[in-house]
Amino acid sequence: MTETIAFLIEKSIVAAGFFVVVLGVVAYATLGERKIAGYFQDRHGPNRAGPWGILQPIADGVKFFAKEDFIPDRADKILFVIAPTFTFMAAGFIMAVIPFGDRLTIFGREVLLQIADINIGILYILAISGLGAYGIVIGGWASNNKYSLMGGIRTSGQLISYEIAMGLAIVALLLDHGTMSLRTIVMQQSGAIWHWSVFTHPIGFMIFLVSAFAEASRMPFDLPEAENELVGGYHTEYSSMKFGLFQFGEYTHMTLASGLIITLYFGGWSIPFVPIPENPGILWGLLTFCAFWAKTLLMMFVFMWVRWTLPRFRYDQLMNLGWKKLIPLGIFNIVLTAGLLLVFQSMGLTN
Amino acid sequence: MDQKRKDPFKKYDLTLMERLYFPAIMKGMGVTLSHFFKKPVTIQYPEQKPEVSHRWRGRHVLKRDEFGRERCVGCQMCELACPADAITIQAGEVPKERRHLHTTERYAITYEIDMLRCIYCGLCEEACPEAAIFLTPYYEFVEDSRDKLIYTKEKLTEKTGGPIFYKD
Repeated sequence: MTETIAFLIEKSIVAAGFFVVVLGVVAYATLGERKIAGYFQDRHGPNRAGPWGILQPIADGVKFFAKEDFIPDRADKILFVIAPTFTFMAAGFIMAVIPFGDRLTIFGREVLLQIADINIGILYILAISGLGAYGIVIGGWASNNKYSLMGGIRTSGQLISYEIAMGLAIVALLLDHGTMSLRTIVMQQSGAIWHWSVFTHPIGFMIFLVSAFAEASRMPFDLPEAENELVGGYHTEYSSMKFGLFQFGEYTHMTLASGLIITLYFGGWSIPFVPIPENPGILWGLLTFCAFWAKTLLMMFVFMWVRWTLPRFRYDQLMNLGWKKLIPLGIFNIVLTAGLLLVFQSMGLTN
Repeated sequence: MDQKRKDPFKKYDLTLMERLYFPAIMKGMGVTLSHFFKKPVTIQYPEQKPEVSHRWRGRHVLKRDEFGRERCVGCQMCELACPADAITIQAGEVPKERRHLHTTERYAITYEIDMLRCIYCGLCEEACPEAAIFLTPYYEFVEDSRDKLIYTKEKLTEKTGGPIFYKD
């Protein structure tokens, strides 16, 4: 009984802690994005609110709350209100299975730095990121605005197309790792730097990366928003904190997509060439936690870098890339991986 | 003549490297990254001020001569030249007790420039036969009402006079 209570307390603290950390990173990702955009364009970016613009996210939050919250007359009120929450929640749920670090021993308890190490982690992520489309589609539909609807429809098309490619990339990865538990996948990538899946699955990584950009509807694939064609896309009619929540959800999605790429392809929390100790102390836990975030922030920088480099795809180009290029490539990658695995196994080499 | 010229509507065939997108994307990423490390070109305005030319056409000034007399004789040439109708002058005869302040017996009783109407073209400067009005590099004049931006003669006339130098 005491064990159960201790477990509950431990998990609550871990979950709350990660939630706060992720929200902090997401809030500052909005500032980071604007800063980085500034530097890419030879500007400074926001630098008026506090030193280096450090209070900008707070100012933005205050602004969002202070704005008039407007619901269009003919909009479906209930769905209209639910949609932004849904987007944010669906993005946030991914957090539950991402391993933010290894274990650490505190007060004689070994604490896993992951909210839930479930054995179907990857399936869970695929399922949840599928849910993310609903928030956007519902938001677009409930607004009773043709541009919003168009943005919503595009989203559904885009997310469904790229989920297949993403799934195929993951299948090849699973063939190699033989497990769906994200923690085990990270463990298998630890040690030498060439154990990282990005080196063993380069094709799969490319497919996954492109799909992740599309899933997070980041720049070359930000058709759901497409400011210049669709006003604002699915969030045209949204104002105040509802709009803020959409934005927040989008950045959460980006942050966690980066975390997922790191977990699957860049060794997650593992530090290259450093073996995992038998009895980890607090220091080891914090180190792995920092390693994870360092890698993730770098990945987020890549997300932003791509955003300020590439222009948006046309819708037919998007579909071409998804269905005619990435999916066949994904299938080829599976066959290739399976073949190579077979050859290696028959030669008596195991991973 | 090659094949492309014969049929102008034929699509340009991309080579394999171009169709892969990837090299081009990498090149583009390189360009943006090189800009990431460049020094921003922004001038942090209220703290830093841009250097403007001494010929910058900003706020007007009404000059005085070496003896501190108003150069303006109220001839209304500037008013006539002004394409935006920003200048309003009421001219009159100089009263006896003010003779020492003016070069001739005609002067501008009121001289108003509506800074909101003014387009800072500098035609008044060109039209002035007495070298009395000039545009200065001063460009920061913000007020909270339109009325305050109608500059009167008192505001426009310089306090002390001197010879006019043509610097360019």
